[in-house]
Amino acid sequence: MNIDLSRRGFLKLAGAGVAATSLGAMGFDAAEAAEAAHVRAFKLATTTETRNICTYCSVACGIIMYSKGDLKAGEHAELIHIEGDADHPTNRGTLCPKGSALKDFVKSETRATQPRYRAAHSSEWQEITWDAAFDKMARALKDDRDQNFIEKNEKGQTVNRWLTTGFLAASGSTNETGWLTYKTVRSMGILAFDNQARV
Amino acid sequence: MTNAWTDIKNTDLVIVMGGNAAEAHPCGFKWVTEAKAHRGAKLIVVDPRFTRTASVADYYAPVRPGSDIAFLMGVIRYCIENDRVQWEYVRNYTNAALLVQEGFGWKDGLFDGYDPEKRAYDMDGWDYQRDDEGYALTDPTLQDPNCVWNLLKKHVDVYTPDFVADVCGTPKDRYLKICEMIAECSAPDRVMTSMYALGWTQHSKGAQNIRGMAMLQLILGNIGMPGGGVNALRGHSNIQGLTDIGLLSHTIPGYLSMPKDDEVDFETFMSTKLNKPTQRGQTSFWQNYRKFMVSFQKAMWGDAATAENDWAYDYLPKLDVPYYDILRFFDMMSKGQVNLYFCQGFNPLMSFPNRAKLTEALSKLKLLVVMDPLQTETAHFWENHGPFNDVDPAQIATEVLELPTTCFAEDEGATVNSGRWLQWHWPGATPPGQAKPDTWILSNVFLRVKELYRTEGGPFPDPILNLTWDYEDPYEPTPAELAKEMNGRALSTLYDPTDPAKVLVEAGQQLPNFAVMRDDGSTMSGCWIYAGSWTEDGNMMARRDNSDPGDVGLFLNWTFAWPANRRILYNRASADLAGKPWDPARKLLEWDGERWTGYDVPDISPTAKPGEVMPFIMTDEGVGRLFSRKGLKDGPFPTHMEPFESPVPNALNASLRGNPVARVFSNDLEQMAGIADPDFPCVGTTYRLTEHFHYWTKHSRVNAVLQPEFFVEISEELAAEKGIRKGGQVRVWSKRGEVFAKAVVTKRIRPMLVGGKSIHVIGIPIHWGFMGAARKGYSANTLTPFVGDANIDTPEFKAFLVNIEAAEKGPLA
Repeated sequence: MNIDLSRRGFLKLAGAGVAATSLGAMGFDAAEAAEAAHVRAFKLATTTETRNICTYCSVACGIIMYSKGDLKAGEHAELIHIEGDADHPTNRGTLCPKGSALKDFVKSETRATQPRYRAAHSSEWQEITWDAAFDKMARALKDDRDQNFIEKNEKGQTVNRWLTTGFLAASGSTNETGWLTYKTVRSMGILAFDNQARV
Repeated sequence: MTNAWTDIKNTDLVIVMGGNAAEAHPCGFKWVTEAKAHRGAKLIVVDPRFTRTASVADYYAPVRPGSDIAFLMGVIRYCIENDRVQWEYVRNYTNAALLVQEGFGWKDGLFDGYDPEKRAYDMDGWDYQRDDEGYALTDPTLQDPNCVWNLLKKHVDVYTPDFVADVCGTPKDRYLKICEMIAECSAPDRVMTSMYALGWTQHSKGAQNIRGMAMLQLILGNIGMPGGGVNALRGHSNIQGLTDIGLLSHTIPGYLSMPKDDEVDFETFMSTKLNKPTQRGQTSFWQNYRKFMVSFQKAMWGDAATAENDWAYDYLPKLDVPYYDILRFFDMMSKGQVNLYFCQGFNPLMSFPNRAKLTEALSKLKLLVVMDPLQTETAHFWENHGPFNDVDPAQIATEVLELPTTCFAEDEGATVNSGRWLQWHWPGATPPGQAKPDTWILSNVFLRVKELYRTEGGPFPDPILNLTWDYEDPYEPTPAELAKEMNGRALSTLYDPTDPAKVLVEAGQQLPNFAVMRDDGSTMSGCWIYAGSWTEDGNMMARRDNSDPGDVGLFLNWTFAWPANRRILYNRASADLAGKPWDPARKLLEWDGERWTGYDVPDISPTAKPGEVMPFIMTDEGVGRLFSRKGLKDGPFPTHMEPFESPVPNALNASLRGNPVARVFSNDLEQMAGIADPDFPCVGTTYRLTEHFHYWTKHSRVNAVLQPEFFVEISEELAAEKGIRKGGQVRVWSKRGEVFAKAVVTKRIRPMLVGGKSIHVIGIPIHWGFMGAARKGYSANTLTPFVGDANIDTPEFKAFLVNIEAAEKGPLA
């Protein structure tokens, strides 16, 4: 047998499963085809594949995510499996005990899924809308900056800083998120600004 | 990393010290296995514990937490004494021959000019002797007593094998065997690589640990070589990227510095950043600083940044202290000086030292905002979780917002790996519930603040009102738009300076690289080192060609590496003075008579003649620094310093406590154990486990099952001494707090003989808290001291003092 078949093509063929003709294309004879025909279809064949990078350490292994539904086509996409990307030069398909369990991180029961607010002295959360949360943050930022912004130091030098509000950024987020964070935080004059690189 | 994960296969010797790659970076460690299997490479592990990495090492030696500098200076001494030096490299590619000012000296563990009141050195003399034009004087014969080489020789003299064994607790025969193995790599055709992580950074002298290895690698001629370098394994998936983009108190994207109070205008700021070469004919690439800085200001403020207004220099806040790092800010918070705090994907309650102080500080905020894919301990700091978070919500006035964000599977963009590869990823899952991208959240908050300033006015609104915001949907800038902004574009047509008729870049086009950047406002770029990542040819970070010409492990068409898609930094140093590879079997670059050719993008001008332009183009000397001048606050050479909490006095000077120039707040000093404190006789050290990633994986069911429960590791000897049984409950306490844990009694940790005294080490993994799927547990940061590295204030998590006892009837029983 000497056929040129891409890995994804193989999955499609194997997953389609039932058609003896397609199995023939893979080099199976009729008896093998009959045997293969009653095997359950390969689950991943009907999924959308997406290339991604493991979110944990900075070895940054390539991963393939398999979802029910195609996000690009505007569908709801339900992640059902993650595996190592064999094409990736660093990990060549391997994953560690963390990467192998990535799906459980994405689908953790303790994901935050709803904006919530805790009032002073309260022992409970209450739900809050995004709009209300934005208004609350914007008002707090504006008021605190207005009250505490320092335009000049004791020597009369222009310093334009704001020290009563701080911001920690996330080194698990993308460069693009990092850049937008940088722009907004610095433009307000915040100096207490760090990410996990400090640890 | 100077090199790449995939380059480790080219090495002859791996030293893992200050890290545990097999445990913490398993899929990267595979390349060590590859080098062992296919090249016959050897692996050395030096660590307080017999780690997972040690279990597959060719040679292992223990070292006491916090004594690495003595070990490394000892190895340098061994190489010098035994003439195991890559001499041509050292003479030409390092500052060995440069003359240092008269009067530089070191005595009793301190450099000359120490001021105990200021906790600082007078650094004026930490510089070269210079001629009338400002160039450094040199003695290529290395005879002058003030040349760097002779000063180094003198500096390391005290680190004899006996001294090292006594301070580090490393058996002398094991130490000498390791010296011998390392010294072999001084041959031009033998290469060592260093792999380190937080085991070196989380000390009050972390930067000096790493400098010690960088110096050793220069002496062995291993920087710039395939299979060589100094390789920081790094932690989070994009910790490199966020460092590149400058999300730190004192930095601007692309490793530029935030201005200080005294730098009152742009010219004053630039006056300390001219980077004139200190040796004739050298590149000193930072002479381009002004181009990168002006391009950054144009990226931030567009038309509002003009030559007339100093490129909107006043829009940047100015620093009155070196930085407002997290330790400083939590200290301010604990004193009631902070009102609002935002934590975006960051869980400081678990990841900064002295947890009791952190809880007290958070309780004094008016409003805490947490944006995170997970429900973190920080967001829930006010909740009572029994002994695992023993607080009374009624006493805490802080308002809290918990905002759900997307995670990697649901978002798009680039993350940067340890080897500086910017790798693009795509979303493949619908976010759960109301989770939203950080960019959408930030835009909504920022645009509302901007609107409030527009309608209400307020102090200096200009930087907010004029911040560039050219996004198609202002409420949701796309990753592509943001990536393009970081790469930068021409604001007007750029002509070739040597041929004004020739157009280099049309107005509005993406910049092809950083070489075309200008300081006249005609280019913009958010992060100059990322120029080339999104060009007119498209998204270079999304490239997926995994071919590897020459089988050198570089993968030049796989994504994009900064700078300029270069995969090995300082790669010009892989060839000799004539431009021939030191090792023909390990060719990276070669001078063909007219230009540099080879497998990697040359780290030098492609036509810079060998023998004239030296390889280290980012330094103003053009060579690597064995003597770091005024670069680090705690000395131009690393000197042995004890941790702030030390089981023995400093062998060089018993009156020294910790790093003499590290910043310590007085109330924190009161909460530290004394030197050789009898109440806290054991050394604590913290670390990660392969099943877990910081405080994230306890939310993942599989990982929670694999390592469900907090434990500490102790030696059989300590267990016997304290009557602790295997699997029994113990109480471990420091001067700051206590934890209860299960005891793992193991042969992997052994007592060490230090200063004639037997020292026990207690290993404390970091992964537990009170949120998630794993069993609730105590957190290691309950115990650790509130002090950081003298240069960047990374907390000292790796060496501190504790005590331990059996506690069968404690809260876990």
